[in-house]
Amino acid sequence: MTTAVLPATARPAISGKVLVLVAIWAILLTAPFWLPLLGGYTALAGRVLVFGLAAMGLNLLLGFTGVLSFGHAAYFGLGAYGAGLTLRYLVHSTPLAMLAGTLLGGVAGTLFGLLIVRRRGVYFAMCTIAFGQLWYYLAYSWNDFTGGFDGLRDFQRQPIGFGPFTLDITSEGPTFYYFLLGVFAVAVTLMGLLLRSPFGRTLLAIRENERRARFIGIPIERHIWLSFSISCFFTALAGTLYALLNNFADPLALHYSLSGYFVVMTVIGGMRTFWGPLLGAAVFVVLQDYISSMTVNWMSFVGGIFILVVLFFPRGLLGTIRSRAAA
Amino acid sequence: MWQVVVFNVTNGLIIGTFYVLMALGLSLILNLSNVINFAHGNFLALGGYLAFMLSPTLGYWGALLISPLLTALIGVVVERFMVRRVYNRDPIYSLLLTFGLAFVMQDAARYIWGPNGLPLGLPAGLSQPISPNLFFITWYRIFMVSVVIVTVLGLFAFLRYSRVGLRIRAGTLDLETVSTLGVNVRNLRTFNFAVGCLLAGLSGVLAAGQIGLNPNMGDDLLMPSFIAIIVGGVGSLIGTLFGGLLIGMAAALTTVVYPAASEAVIYAILMAVLLIRPRGLIGEEGMMS
Repeated sequence: MTTAVLPATARPAISGKVLVLVAIWAILLTAPFWLPLLGGYTALAGRVLVFGLAAMGLNLLLGFTGVLSFGHAAYFGLGAYGAGLTLRYLVHSTPLAMLAGTLLGGVAGTLFGLLIVRRRGVYFAMCTIAFGQLWYYLAYSWNDFTGGFDGLRDFQRQPIGFGPFTLDITSEGPTFYYFLLGVFAVAVTLMGLLLRSPFGRTLLAIRENERRARFIGIPIERHIWLSFSISCFFTALAGTLYALLNNFADPLALHYSLSGYFVVMTVIGGMRTFWGPLLGAAVFVVLQDYISSMTVNWMSFVGGIFILVVLFFPRGLLGTIRSRAAA
Repeated sequence: MWQVVVFNVTNGLIIGTFYVLMALGLSLILNLSNVINFAHGNFLALGGYLAFMLSPTLGYWGALLISPLLTALIGVVVERFMVRRVYNRDPIYSLLLTFGLAFVMQDAARYIWGPNGLPLGLPAGLSQPISPNLFFITWYRIFMVSVVIVTVLGLFAFLRYSRVGLRIRAGTLDLETVSTLGVNVRNLRTFNFAVGCLLAGLSGVLAAGQIGLNPNMGDDLLMPSFIAIIVGGVGSLIGTLFGGLLIGMAAALTTVVYPAASEAVIYAILMAVLLIRPRGLIGEEGMMS
């Protein structure tokens, strides 16, 4: 008799998850309609998606593998520059630019991952920061090719042709937002499937107890390396979208400050939750947009947010909700 | 030609000494408390600005002596109220905390002292060149390097021979055991953080005399200091010392041949070390994992 009760209690939990998913996608799909009513603009929603995707990519490593990278802006920026340089110098094609940027950032991350995969904790973070700045200086000083400090201009996102149809994403309107959302949806679905796979479960095992995972025969270094690499590919993809969004790529997209932003977005939303980084990105992007329009001392506010989150709100929004619900 | 080389070698030595002072402070805090202090460059700027404020009343020499101590005092306050809370948590929190602190401190400096560069006046004798042939070497440069040498020797002597220094070195290896033996680890970490800030403040005063003051003067030194620590070997202060001098020299000598690559060469050294000798030049096996 008791066995008959179990499915009944299990079902609401599942439908609750479905409900949350439906709510998230409903909000994202309708954003161009309600955002202007609240005083926002569509590009702001696009920025949330782009930074959200980057932070979710980082969270694959941070929240689901338990490895701290503080240099993910490097792969984001490489994605942006890869896309921008392709559009400017090589070929006027949006998909090819995205492919090139994603490959550039992802491959750079994969190769660098090989060098640091044995480091742990704060030393891993330090290596990622230091290496990340290399690309900043490169973009900064290679003036003729990258535009130097002023950034890379003179490229435009191009309409995408599907046989007889053409998707014109060049205007500022909602079409481009839905293009971003489409790419975001594909990437996030891939990420979700990856985390549900045996590989994703192994990453969780490493996060929870690295030593025990090693004892049961999991090749830790290989998994951390793969996780780092995959996470860099996702962040680089977000970077290519960033270049398309602004028709511009600047060295600040490579700077370690942006890495810090990605980490704080992840923490604000909830490090160990799947959707947390997106929520964190939304909060951070909107706050930053608002604060920088209000005061020149926005750095104090942003820094203050970092400090307050660390001292008083370390679990983040979704993490807090989840632990309340569990209690 | 020889003048160009000598000029860049002395430049390298001076930049290297700044990297060393900065990186030694960072390294002290990292080794004992496992915290990367992103705000270290801002403590450097703070030291410089304090000297700027104090030198009209105390004179240059008074300011040189007092402002690093004041910087250390502010370091104590910051450690007590903020940094201490994240010691036993995931390293992500200490990074975010000091990162946020760096933003706030930089903005505060801009707010208080303005965004533009300020000069720090030097005593007349110090700004003279040592000879007409070597017009680019002022007495101030000699003075700076000697102060750094004395400070570094003093620091190593302190760590080697004093009781507190011994505890710091022991804590680097095994803090738990040090604590079990009855040492007040909380105070030890505060003191250690303060010493790190003292070094940053001192380099700030010295740097201000050479390049002047601006709110983000420490930023350019932060990354090379990280690299100096990794190259020298995490956990080894001697390693940090050599790492700082090495990359300072390498950057300066590259400037002679190909100025645009002077930043890149630092990163090339970093990559080479990570590839060939991951524990760093003088680092101990296992410190980095």
